[in-house]
Amino acid sequence: MTELSRRHLILASGAILLVSPAQAGQPASAAKRWGLLIDTRKCATDCTVCVDACKSEMGLSGHDRPLTDAQYIRKVDVKDPATGNAHSLPVMCQHCAKPACVDVCPTGASMKRADGIVLVDRHICIGCRYCMMACPYKARSFAHEEQTGQKPYLPRGKGTVEGCTLCVHRIDDGRLPACVEACAAKAKGAMLFGDLKDPTSEIAKRVAAEATTRIRADLGMEPGVRYQGI
Amino acid sequence: MGGLLLMLLLVTLPALAADLPSLPKPKGEACIAANDVMRRDHPDMLKHQRDDTMRLGIRGGKASLKDCVACHSTADTAGKPVPINAEGQFCQSCHAYAAVKPDCFECHATTPTVKEASR
Amino acid sequence: MIKTEYKEVRPFTPGWVALAGGLGAVIVAALAAVWTMEHQGHWVTGMTNQVVWGMPHVFAVFLIVAASGALNIASVGSVFGRAPYQPLGRMSGLLAIALLAGGLAVLVLDLGRPDRLFVAMTHFNFKSIFAWNVILYSGFFGVVAAYLWTMMDWRAKAFYKPAALAAFVWRLILTTGTGCIFGFLVAREAYGAAVMAPLFIAMSFAYGLAVFILVLLFVAKTTRRPLGDQLLTRLVRLLGLFVAANLYFLALHHVTQLYFAGRGAVESYILTGGGIYTTLFWGGQVALGGIFPLIIAFGGCGHAVRKRSAMASALVVLGGLAQVYVLIIGGQSWPLDLFPGMEATSSFADGRIHAYVPTVLEIVLGIGGIGIFGFIVLVGVTALRLLPTDLGDSVAESDNMC
Repeated sequence: MTELSRRHLILASGAILLVSPAQAGQPASAAKRWGLLIDTRKCATDCTVCVDACKSEMGLSGHDRPLTDAQYIRKVDVKDPATGNAHSLPVMCQHCAKPACVDVCPTGASMKRADGIVLVDRHICIGCRYCMMACPYKARSFAHEEQTGQKPYLPRGKGTVEGCTLCVHRIDDGRLPACVEACAAKAKGAMLFGDLKDPTSEIAKRVAAEATTRIRADLGMEPGVRYQGI
Repeated sequence: MGGLLLMLLLVTLPALAADLPSLPKPKGEACIAANDVMRRDHPDMLKHQRDDTMRLGIRGGKASLKDCVACHSTADTAGKPVPINAEGQFCQSCHAYAAVKPDCFECHATTPTVKEASR
Repeated sequence: MIKTEYKEVRPFTPGWVALAGGLGAVIVAALAAVWTMEHQGHWVTGMTNQVVWGMPHVFAVFLIVAASGALNIASVGSVFGRAPYQPLGRMSGLLAIALLAGGLAVLVLDLGRPDRLFVAMTHFNFKSIFAWNVILYSGFFGVVAAYLWTMMDWRAKAFYKPAALAAFVWRLILTTGTGCIFGFLVAREAYGAAVMAPLFIAMSFAYGLAVFILVLLFVAKTTRRPLGDQLLTRLVRLLGLFVAANLYFLALHHVTQLYFAGRGAVESYILTGGGIYTTLFWGGQVALGGIFPLIIAFGGCGHAVRKRSAMASALVVLGGLAQVYVLIIGGQSWPLDLFPGMEATSSFADGRIHAYVPTVLEIVLGIGGIGIFGFIVLVGVTALRLLPTDLGDSVAESDNMC
């Protein structure tokens, strides 16, 4: 058993916590910056483990209408037309430091938590969809019809905009996002989650030591999700 | 003045005549506050905590809708949880009596978390 | 100088009742469409997670943009002191308010949660250009209402000029704000340009005047008020000027886009290979809404000025709707470019042209906005003295001399 797969086994068993749970009564702290590092070289084209895990975690049953059903995370296949080189990677809300969706939201429903997680406060979302116009990553979906089977930790309903929460309910509980956990357990462990501001965290060490890129970094929104191999 | 009183009486009579809501028994022993406080203040409590939890990330507050549902929901004879906004259930029966339509369950889960068989 | 006399329209004549009934039916149909859309959810419309703004937004943006333009006639008379336009100032103010109300109603009724309008009015994110527009739109009602007041009440005469100037500046800022809703979208290649703001101002000048002329012709005919050819000649020439300005900014936008190598693809899509959007662009907005009205306004078209102004205005309205459709729907149908220079595919429609087909529900809602506009105008001219009794050339001429 290699070093890598043993770590994944431990991760998947839930035996260790990579992050400590939020302290009861304490707000999310700006001393943290949650982020992801995704190694596309370990991401198989036909693998949808992360997508499936997200759907079941978030209760995204859908209505079998691909154009209007919500997708928090999707697999994008990218091909270089000049060279023919192709690879596949998951794209979800990039949890930007300067999110366009938060800038454009008229009511402040689209918001960034102190620890960098970008969320939609569905209590004051009026369903104008301007955030969907502004997001460069196509990360958000609009609830086009009545929803059922919601999870207690993820309320969602008709007429409001939704998207990846980075599994904020799990993070505050000291657990990994569902996609990261599933990728480690059932796929090749291409996703690494952690606190980018904590220099001792694995993700901070990796991004300091290795070359990483962000999707559309030129737009200057400073996503919290980094990729390798694109 | 007398006419006004009579009028008020006539208008309120149907409410007085209506049956009081019969609430299913909660699972827990005591609520987070006295009944009269809960009856009056639960919307404000929920609203206050929703902003704390959602926007600031403060977890573990006591006025959690999730906990309300967990404690006050019931299960049918087959052990399947009944939505808390279904006819005769905790939230619905009282809100129907008070003729106030809560918006919570457009989005929020109406049943507590059930252990998923797949895990 | 002949004093302009204003008189209300007489209500409850057969024609009045028929018009009010017709407009009411249009509004009721729109409300029924809204009820269906909100009850079922937006999946019953043509809108998707790819094309998030659809036909209602086309009508709403057209009406809102036209609203600020309709105020121009009043501004030309007051701010720029052109006497022949002054008798039309009151109607200009009314049309501005009515168009804005119609457009906003459509916009609000298309929201995912229109029941939360109160939230939009109480929670403001001041970094959002959309929130600023909420303030600008609400303020526009107030500013134009005050302006109307100073026009109609001689005791408020002292405030006439300041109110006129305030309304003029406000309308310019308002249309700038509407243009910026699209101009500020950095990631959408069809938008994301500062020229959107002046383009929207030019659009508003043209659409607003076109709607104004059409209403003026209709009112003059149905209430048998004389309307002079000289006034119409002025108006149609002004319309030509505004149409030319619209074409100029449009050309500027597209030439800029073509110059940026990275935006070549979206440009060739809209200008040559975009199917319905290309057709609407060249046939609708450029030919019908641009070139033809220009020819009618300035060129040798043998028809009487009344007919010419009606034709030019109707074409500008049709071309305008086509222009807004190409802008809003065509712009969104072009996919976001997450990986520039690469080909992308996914289950979420990445990297491909997004289809959009408007449904009857959306069109009925949009036309409902026009119904609301018409209804407010009808009630306005019936209840208040907004319409001059005589718009004949003798009036315009004598006003001109003083």
